[in-house]
Amino acid sequence: MILLIKICKIPFHYFEFVKPIEDVLKKLNIEFITVHYNDLTSEMFSKADRVIISGTSLKDNSFLDDIYKFDWIKEFDKLVLGICGGMHILGLIYDGKLKEVKEIGLKTINFNEEFFGFNGETDVYELHNLCVESSEFDVIAISEECPQAIKHKHRLLYGVLFHPEVRNKKLIERFVKC
Amino acid sequence: MYPANVYLFKDIPILMKLAVLFSGGKDSTFAAYLAREHEHAISCLIAIFSENPESYMFHTPSISKVKKQAESANIPLIIQKTKGDKEIELKDLNFAIQKAKDKYRIDGIVTGAVESAYQASRIQKICYGLDLDCFNPLWQKDQFELLKDLIENNFEIIITGVYAYPLDETWLDRAIDKTFLDDTIMLHEIYKINPAGEGGEFETFVLNCPLFTRALKISDKKIYGKKNSWTMEIEVT
Repeated sequence: MILLIKICKIPFHYFEFVKPIEDVLKKLNIEFITVHYNDLTSEMFSKADRVIISGTSLKDNSFLDDIYKFDWIKEFDKLVLGICGGMHILGLIYDGKLKEVKEIGLKTINFNEEFFGFNGETDVYELHNLCVESSEFDVIAISEECPQAIKHKHRLLYGVLFHPEVRNKKLIERFVKC
Repeated sequence: MYPANVYLFKDIPILMKLAVLFSGGKDSTFAAYLAREHEHAISCLIAIFSENPESYMFHTPSISKVKKQAESANIPLIIQKTKGDKEIELKDLNFAIQKAKDKYRIDGIVTGAVESAYQASRIQKICYGLDLDCFNPLWQKDQFELLKDLIENNFEIIITGVYAYPLDETWLDRAIDKTFLDDTIMLHEIYKINPAGEGGEFETFVLNCPLFTRALKISDKKIYGKKNSWTMEIEVT
């Protein structure tokens, strides 16, 4: 079962940042549950094979005040994929620092090694005004501005700053199937 | 297997004042409907009328028809005309959104963008510059699911333009209903036609929907075009 964690403060953002991820999972006929990070239970973690943490809108950075609610990441021993805001969370849990970097729209980034089937130059959809840098993670892809894909040095934690649910749905498919 | 309406699960509803970028077609009208279903206030509609028929950003029928829709929905309408040159269009859009912010103190913008990264990213940039939130509730939505949602929610929509092979004038004036859905599924399988028409294959006009206080009636229509490019100009009352 996939545990899809949404971080949107305003429920109406679900349609843009969570539902497209759900649609990828539905197409694969993969069982999942979607829950806001405030409503997580230990039972959900015990049932989950993998976790995806969604992104949210440019104006909605309220989750940054709740980073302590993601301490479970340090204990969880299965795969986690953080998308945009989800990547910020992964980095911040491991003492990362946020930087103000705005990228909006289609952009070509460069993967320096294979990352869920993507390698080399790849077109992605960006929607962020922050990025995160943490020495606990290897940077797998970069844009001209900042890290775009990261992998924890010792754990099964992966982050992407771009939104794979827009132009790179295969990344999510490979993450849930690997 | 899939939890129903999970997006409402234990969330604290936060109500906002929103303006909808409105073209009178099915996508922006359904986006407005979803905003209201989430109990946000629709403070105004913003309609951009581009003089450029090739505009990348805006597909809007005549001003009079959109006015009728706004009247029926009982929502104020901001009208912005633009010459339609790429950069001027964006400046004019920025101006119209600023006007909505000043006049109605809106917190954010709603769009009917489904696939177009060009449209969506430009509106996101404008909203960011004006310190407004941006909602794209149809973003990446499955095209058949969208048509089904429109039918299930009693939207009365007609086809007012077709612009791709093998569509012809017989598609004009058709309602989006179960038969239309079945036909577009077939078209998609054979010709890869985008069933929701966001690629510009179809133009649509909403005659009635749950946002409206009364249905609009077609009082006059004129059909013109050739081969696989046909338009139906309508007047509504």
